[in-house]
Amino acid sequence: MPTTTIDGHRIQVDAEGFLTDPMEWTEDLAKVLAAQIGIELADEHWKAIRFVRQDFADQGETATLRRVSVVGEIPTKTLFALFPQKPAKKLAYVAGLPKPRGCV
Amino acid sequence: MTTTETAPIVPSFGESEPGRKLAIICSKGNLDMAYPGLILANAALGEGVETHLFFTFWGFEMINKNTMGHLKFTMLGNTATHMPQGLGGLPGMTAMATHQMRKAIAEIDVPEVPELLQQIADSGGHLWGCRMSADMQHLGLDDLYEEVEDIISASDFIEKTAGAQLLFI
Repeated sequence: MPTTTIDGHRIQVDAEGFLTDPMEWTEDLAKVLAAQIGIELADEHWKAIRFVRQDFADQGETATLRRVSVVGEIPTKTLFALFPQKPAKKLAYVAGLPKPRGCV
Repeated sequence: MTTTETAPIVPSFGESEPGRKLAIICSKGNLDMAYPGLILANAALGEGVETHLFFTFWGFEMINKNTMGHLKFTMLGNTATHMPQGLGGLPGMTAMATHQMRKAIAEIDVPEVPELLQQIADSGGHLWGCRMSADMQHLGLDDLYEEVEDIISASDFIEKTAGAQLLFI
């Protein structure tokens, strides 16, 4: 399993670059990861990140986009605006979680 | 000890393939045949792919306000249920099979057809009604789900989806 250093943060990642240990995640790291993919975190991003982090802790898997919109109460349109193009994967990446496995 | 500066490992979010487009033609009105196109459309949109759905013939049932929430599943003609085909023709069997399928879909948190269409529209998907189907059924845009952008001809759809990958369902 590779480790990588991003802006001074040494983290364990999978082949693609997603964190493999959610416990290595910090809010500081989230800002660094977001910057890597061209996102500057605002309050609305944090609402989504905190929801998926908490949901992962409760459910043991990464929330799908639908779950973030229905349970996390962040509309789909907003998620596409916050994390353009690939909102589910980008959100998971910044939140230090695996990619969601569900289809919807 | 020497340190070599290596580039950080960061996922590629597909910036390498901009402009990918998907066209899905939905031609069936059975509950089980409505889902594949919708699930794939939703997945494609989540991957940043521009997605267009064209609802034609029986697929029109999926966007007709009167029918979209009441699509049915029948065992008849479907050997994959592994039940005797004669059973499927008994009164009440289609209702029962439909109920079972809806339940199985709801149990895995996949929404009903209207809600899934809304999610697709919210994700930036384009919904188009087929002109010939509308004319055959004497239906207009007002009779269709609000998120349907327009009723267009087959040639208009082909034009709109130039260069797209295409799925016929």
